[in-house]
Amino acid sequence: MANLSPAPLARAATAARQFDLAHDSLRDLNSFLHRRAVAEGVTRVRVVNPDGAHSIACGLDAPIEVEVMGHVGYYVAGMNQHAAVIVRGNAGPGAAENMMSGRVHIRGFASTAAGASAHGGLLIIDGDASLRCGISLKGADIVVGGSVGSFSAFMAQAGRIVICGDAEDALGDSLYEAVIYVRGKVRSLGADARFEPMEDADLTQLAALLASAGFSHSPAEFRRVASARSLYHWHADADQEY
Amino acid sequence: MCGIVGLLVKTPALRETLGALLVPMLTGMTERGPDSAGLAVYTTPVAESLHKLSLYRGAHAIDWSALLAALTAGVSGPHEIAINGNHVVLTSAANPDDIAAWLAAHEPRIAVLSIGHSIDLYKDVGAPAEIAERYRFTALRGSHLVGHTRMATESAVTPAHAHPFTAGRDFCLVHNGSLSNPHLVRKKLEPLGIRFETDNDTEAACRFFEWRLREGDDLETAVQRGFGELDGFFTFLMGTDRELLVVRDAFACKPAVVAESDDYVAIASEFRSLAHLPDIAQATLFEPKPEEIYSWRI
Repeated sequence: MANLSPAPLARAATAARQFDLAHDSLRDLNSFLHRRAVAEGVTRVRVVNPDGAHSIACGLDAPIEVEVMGHVGYYVAGMNQHAAVIVRGNAGPGAAENMMSGRVHIRGFASTAAGASAHGGLLIIDGDASLRCGISLKGADIVVGGSVGSFSAFMAQAGRIVICGDAEDALGDSLYEAVIYVRGKVRSLGADARFEPMEDADLTQLAALLASAGFSHSPAEFRRVASARSLYHWHADADQEY
Repeated sequence: MCGIVGLLVKTPALRETLGALLVPMLTGMTERGPDSAGLAVYTTPVAESLHKLSLYRGAHAIDWSALLAALTAGVSGPHEIAINGNHVVLTSAANPDDIAAWLAAHEPRIAVLSIGHSIDLYKDVGAPAEIAERYRFTALRGSHLVGHTRMATESAVTPAHAHPFTAGRDFCLVHNGSLSNPHLVRKKLEPLGIRFETDNDTEAACRFFEWRLREGDDLETAVQRGFGELDGFFTFLMGTDRELLVVRDAFACKPAVVAESDDYVAIASEFRSLAHLPDIAQATLFEPKPEEIYSWRI
């Protein structure tokens, strides 16, 4: 169970604002984050009683800190740019989908397709991520404290996915140039994904990723998974059996 | 898209408030299923010698006392009815199949929605909140229930196409997703004498599982067999008089989240239908894994 107890909010005199989704509408919250927060000098926003609402803190485009005190529904912090969003609870499908930059931190578990298609920024999931985590990743970094479901990193093109636990079936199926670091067991690799030796550069990058996500595992405990690149070109003789 | 909700109370005192706990779960899934809704509630069972039939008259005007008199003349009872809007629960000492056959012959405007010792079934077209109000769902009592909100994607919006679907005795199923081979399943079942009432894909799954139960499988075994027979996307939630079961397809295409506490187990497509439940912050939350069978008994 994720820690849902309130953390101290504003330390500095910077303006903070609280939205209570039991009373305030989601549209008011997101509209404030999009249009008014920067103009009013608000840099910290707390959201209470999210109660599984969809699209909380979606489409942000400013260096705002958003703290969500509970569980959220689909697409939290989707398309995020610049903002830092922390969810003190679990996230529904598509957390930080298509993130461009910034940082999204899910303290609980995340449902399917977390970080799908994300171009930049860092997505941290303290618990498990469900199936298709990092599907079609385009450059963001994802660090999962727990395990990931099947088809994670499917067709991931760029970026890095760190899995501190295990992976289910078809990890990295049809990978392009994204790299996966996995610490636990892998039930099966997907087509064209392969284990590769950890080079010094991998260890250095991984240590930095783990540190920025707040995990203390040794990089030496991880294995690297990357594309064998055998699907990059059409093979007429392959009988289409991949 | 559709919404599913299920609730099984472990603490007997909560049986009195089953409907009140359920209604916000059902209305919480309105955006996933705004066109129809329904639920099956498992009440204290009637005596072994009796059966309950949930009947639906739709918009037809039915003189229930006259119908009861005619039924008693045709099929010896005793029969009792409890009217709830355009639904009626008929309790009878007669063979329920004889009652269903009599109704089909003499009053075909009435649909038999369920048969069993424990199950009562309500379903209709309309927004979930309207349907909950129409049949006073807040007043329902029982040990567990299975509910659904529908956004039709593959067959018509009618009361008959709404969920839950039932087959046999005290068995019901709701479905979020779509099956790609319901006609093949139907072609396999119809030669065995199994009759279908709609062209809905979910009915094929419901009748497949109930057929397996009659063939001697327990529900878990029937579901295991279903993985090889039913192709498509599904989160299925099923109820029997003793059990609540949830299962997702191999790709976990459709969502589901479970909240379990000492007092209850609650299942919904999304957390927003669970947020109001008592002591939800202390409940264990998890998402069912693909092709893993989760069941709870009363």
